[in-house]
Amino acid sequence: MSLQFVVDGLLTGSMIGLGAIGVTLTYSILRFSNFAHGDFMAWGTYATLAVVSAIGAMVGKVAPIGPLSFGWPLIVALAVGMAFTALLALLLDKVLFARLRSQGQAIIVVMASFGASMALRSLLEFTFTSRPTYFSRAIQIAMPVGFGIRITPDQIALLLLTAVLVLAVHLLMTRTQTGRSMQALSQNAALARIVGIDVASVVRVTWVIGGALACVAGVMIGILVQIRPFMGFDMLLPMFAAAILGGIGSIPGAVLGGLIIGLAEAGAVQLIGAEWRAAVSFIILMAVLFVRPIGLFGVRER
Amino acid sequence: MSEIVLDVRGLEAGYEPGVPIVRGASITVKKGEIVVVLGPNGAGKSSFIKAIAGLVPITGGTVFLDGKDITAAPAHTMVRLGLAFVPQTENIFPLMSVEDNLKVACGILERREIPARIEEMYTAFPDLVRQRRTAAGNLSGGQRQMLAVARALIVHPKVLVLDEPSAGLSPKFVSMVFEMLAGIRKSGVTILLVEQNAKAALAIGDRAYVLVEGKDRHEGIASELWNDPVVAELYLGQRPLHAEKGGGA
Repeated sequence: MSLQFVVDGLLTGSMIGLGAIGVTLTYSILRFSNFAHGDFMAWGTYATLAVVSAIGAMVGKVAPIGPLSFGWPLIVALAVGMAFTALLALLLDKVLFARLRSQGQAIIVVMASFGASMALRSLLEFTFTSRPTYFSRAIQIAMPVGFGIRITPDQIALLLLTAVLVLAVHLLMTRTQTGRSMQALSQNAALARIVGIDVASVVRVTWVIGGALACVAGVMIGILVQIRPFMGFDMLLPMFAAAILGGIGSIPGAVLGGLIIGLAEAGAVQLIGAEWRAAVSFIILMAVLFVRPIGLFGVRER
Repeated sequence: MSEIVLDVRGLEAGYEPGVPIVRGASITVKKGEIVVVLGPNGAGKSSFIKAIAGLVPITGGTVFLDGKDITAAPAHTMVRLGLAFVPQTENIFPLMSVEDNLKVACGILERREIPARIEEMYTAFPDLVRQRRTAAGNLSGGQRQMLAVARALIVHPKVLVLDEPSAGLSPKFVSMVFEMLAGIRKSGVTILLVEQNAKAALAIGDRAYVLVEGKDRHEGIASELWNDPVVAELYLGQRPLHAEKGGGA
């Protein structure tokens, strides 16, 4: 068995993990499963693609950075895309989720997110067609790094970006007043208000972080695989499996859960064939729910 | 001593429209006082105090804090206005450390003031220092209550409002909590508390109100209320108070 699955698994795991951070935050702070999270990824990716194209039309062809497949336009576009996706999440909350949430029934919000997911996806298909597209058609040469493993410069850059983002979010959650407010709100919403936390503003921060990271995860898929309207929706089950595996509400848990699922999927492809790939996250999800329902980093509610 | 900090006039409040739980209750709390609100079960004591803190919808009457109308202020603005509330249960964040429980309440303080303020709380509540890195959910009942009170005091409130601080505690912790409140008052903090444990509350209180069916029915000096026959009748609906007082203590 080739060890190449380690690199593949870490990359898939990074995408799943970045997405799962948003899922786990919305679940623990707003108390509902947001099925539209995958579609935030796709929208963020198409927004980024649109900005890349716009920059291309304005300044012409830009040379890629070093050995990477992309140049500065993609980095600028990613920042714009992250802001766009954050705004999209805020907007969807304002027009849809917040209104239903105030009526107090979580299941209605979950169903609404399912509807929003379909609507967002169809809008993408309508606008961009369902034909796959790419940030770059250039072929990258994978460098051998020993033990039969090959890795491309893009893959190294994106793994590093994931590590930086995860660390940043973890520090935000544990070291800043904003992060402590988010933790407080997820543990006891009434007490959070009593100690002076403005729930509405914490909810906004939650959507901004979740939306921005969804965009990064989507762009990673776009760079390494391809861009399709279904790209995010297809990640939904692995993302939820990762969030639950890591323990709902835990940022390190979501990322570790993502890496475990990514590695398991990549390993399964080698061992039992690619057609079983999707079943792996489902089996892991079921196993976790049976053995340790609170997840790896989860804490039992008192 | 006569400056009024909290002035509640004809308060009406309830969770559902048309079903008031608090039906026209009025109290005043003067600077530096401990005021106790007593009442039989179901008298609306808890709803009354929660309504003041902005947690139960107010349908009538007014609440003034330091002369300012705070009747319609949302719950999360209360600490900034000067009212710090300690709920009866679930009054700490169980998965956060003791220190983070204190820090998260410091939102209205100046950033540079926070570390010193936290140290002041540790000085006032030495039991919490050793546990500063412990998840608050692992504290004992009495320590949890201390943390909840420290968390409320950290923002220099004009009035500290507590909902049954002795509820659910073992007798040892009950006396500890009341000693703690007496000590806090000595440091100049004004306190309003609702209590089921009338004897212990009246022992540390200056004045007390008896709430019955959502209205304030009786008011008096705390030390005198214990022997007041009206209170005995209103509060317990029976008369064994004198017998207990005469025979026991």
